[in-house]
Amino acid sequence: MADEQRLLVEAVDDVTVVTFKDKKILDEAVIQEVGDQLFSLVDKQYKTRLLLNFENVEYLSSAALGKLITLNKRVKEENGELKLCNIIPEIYEVFRITKLNRLFEIYEEMEQAVRRFKRREA
Amino acid sequence: MDGWHTLTIQSVTENIRDIEEALCEALNKADFPENDIFAVRLALDEALANAIKHGNHYDATKLVSVKYRLTDGGITIVVKDEGAGFNYENLPDPTLPDRLELPSGRGLLLMRSYMDTISFNAKGNEVTMVKGRGKST
Repeated sequence: MADEQRLLVEAVDDVTVVTFKDKKILDEAVIQEVGDQLFSLVDKQYKTRLLLNFENVEYLSSAALGKLITLNKRVKEENGELKLCNIIPEIYEVFRITKLNRLFEIYEEMEQAVRRFKRREA
Repeated sequence: MDGWHTLTIQSVTENIRDIEEALCEALNKADFPENDIFAVRLALDEALANAIKHGNHYDATKLVSVKYRLTDGGITIVVKDEGAGFNYENLPDPTLPDRLELPSGRGLLLMRSYMDTISFNAKGNEVTMVKGRGKST
């Protein structure tokens, strides 16, 4: 894939932490690339315990929210978990207005979110 | 020209950024608070995406026009496409439990939430958005 990598992907314990590099997730092309890269984690790399880190994100459109909703469904189909963290207050307000703060598990800090993933059976 | 500025773009989503940057720069120069600039950028992004996607159906030969007027009290923005318009009064509430997991349908909700007033022409292909300076959303 020649696309610019829009995500920073790290393993923390057995959780895949995904940090958005973009400040603005508004452009349709950016949203498409971000979506493709997120879905590739689930479909090609079988990562289904995902924590999305929004620390760099300053703007987010409704189309980007749509991608997150579709990703959440995909992760659930695989019995995985998707959580969100480090959302600045302005962006959290977008989740609150759309009531998506009820759909997504949102945490203030990464460490706190990582601890909330279900333990895997040994 | 009674303070109105007009920008016109072809219906290509990459052009949205140019309009946003132009308006946000104008707001910045006029010392609008950061919160207002955030709100206007978000609402404008949704309005332009709707115009290109749902209005002009990505037909690059069709245009989207953006008129705006800055005053001490705030900003008025008018976004118009060349589409057939839509029935803006009958849109379902995207926050209802049975619609919460649908991936689209939130643009107008965000526009209404972040601007002070939103109104449409009768045809439904022109939206007028008003944001007062320094009013919280």
